[in-house]
Amino acid sequence: MRMAELRKTPLYPLYKQYGAKTVEFGGWDMPVQFSSILFEHDSVRQRAGLFDVSHMGEFLVTGRDARAFLQYMLTNDLSRLESGMAMYSPLANERGGCVDDVLVYCLTSDSYMVVVNAGNIEKDWTWLQHHADGFSVSLDNRSDATALLALQGPLSERILQKVTPADLSALKYYRFVQSRVCNASALVSRTGYTGEDGFELYLRPEDAADVWAELLSLGEPDGLVPCGLGARDTLRLEARLPLYGHELTEDISPLEAGLGAFVKLDKGDFVGKSALQSQKLHGLRRRVAGIVLDGRGIPRQGYSVLHQGRTVGQVTSGTMSPTLKMPIGLVLVEADLGSVGTELAVDIRGKQVAAKVVKTPFYKRSAGENPASPQS
Amino acid sequence: MSHVPAELKYSKEHEWVKVEGNQARIGITDFAQDELGDIVFVELPEVGTEVRANETFGSVESVKTVSDLFAPVSGKIVQVNGALQDSPELVNSAPYEDGWMIVVEMSDPGELDALLDAAAYTAHTAE
Repeated sequence: MRMAELRKTPLYPLYKQYGAKTVEFGGWDMPVQFSSILFEHDSVRQRAGLFDVSHMGEFLVTGRDARAFLQYMLTNDLSRLESGMAMYSPLANERGGCVDDVLVYCLTSDSYMVVVNAGNIEKDWTWLQHHADGFSVSLDNRSDATALLALQGPLSERILQKVTPADLSALKYYRFVQSRVCNASALVSRTGYTGEDGFELYLRPEDAADVWAELLSLGEPDGLVPCGLGARDTLRLEARLPLYGHELTEDISPLEAGLGAFVKLDKGDFVGKSALQSQKLHGLRRRVAGIVLDGRGIPRQGYSVLHQGRTVGQVTSGTMSPTLKMPIGLVLVEADLGSVGTELAVDIRGKQVAAKVVKTPFYKRSAGENPASPQS
Repeated sequence: MSHVPAELKYSKEHEWVKVEGNQARIGITDFAQDELGDIVFVELPEVGTEVRANETFGSVESVKTVSDLFAPVSGKIVQVNGALQDSPELVNSAPYEDGWMIVVEMSDPGELDALLDAAAYTAHTAE
């Protein structure tokens, strides 16, 4: 039976008591929801939600050449990344497509943690190993030895501060500290994938269940609820955060995906540089744009996008936006059709539904609550 | 456990049928709405449309997925639940009542015999 092959996080035994419905995701048996996707989504926008994202992979990159190696592998520039800082970066292939998109944590100047997508753990591991020749660097796959919880939403800081000695008010966006949470050793990072303020907690697997239970019980008066991957997806999509396998693939470049701010062509050589340089020089053929439907229906990944009757691209992600109460989507279309205001249509199971390119993100939290932007 | 009213008939595709004389009121079951999760869009044909048993007559979309709706019986649609256009969540909250979808004037009531009763449907969902 197929289910038996799916991988499970350390929190799996707890899912049932919290009402989880699980689905296969990237080879893992993960909770898609605990109560309802819409309720969980709203909880994160208004209050707080707790996600088990232990399926994500973690690699330790250490050694004299650790930074030089990552500079060569990643499109973003790590040169100003100091201990205690995290950075987002695409991981490009030679053709300029994306092997993955990752977070890099600078532990010390010669020690880094790279957080990769669950479905890409084996691929990334092979890819990095393959390129490590000639660098004085050692790679350690810590994925099975690391649990990861994401506490997201405007009340996250207040809830987390009750169980950690770390001064969270002093922890800026994309910064982290080694500390304790519920008396367990934790790397506490002010990062997330929801468009809200929040934290990610890297834990030992054996501590994860206790931290999960204690946070939920302690956060309950503030409206903290367990959340699944369904809400994580609608939240990230409203915030226009790319999802690997949708807006980013081996065949979609970070420039096409709108991640130019994370591609530093002025740094030294890196994998994919010449392909990306050439794309930039000659202009992009395609780009990812946000749409809202004018008609009824929901755009879904793979649906064709048309312009004046001609197919010009396809939907990469789509949903009924719980916050906007409108069908929204991201589409990969011919570059000149990605401008705000362009009238497009989506082929929804044989019916052409009118759509319009809009400014993204679809949702942005009000400026007052915004921690500083991620380091780009 | 999902709710399976004894007086209804069921298809293997998780539609329910309430026989009202020569008409069949049709919706999706409690089991189906629970499996789908939050329903955000229901697409239904117009009154007057002919439907055929075991063929699709519309679709229901939850946040995460889209599913076709299959007609359990053949006939002409005589009523469509317009409330679902603005309140698709009625399918979640009241799948057998306010969440009904269409009423069909049956062309062959004999097709009802091919449907499951409550006990058989319960067994089907437990598979």
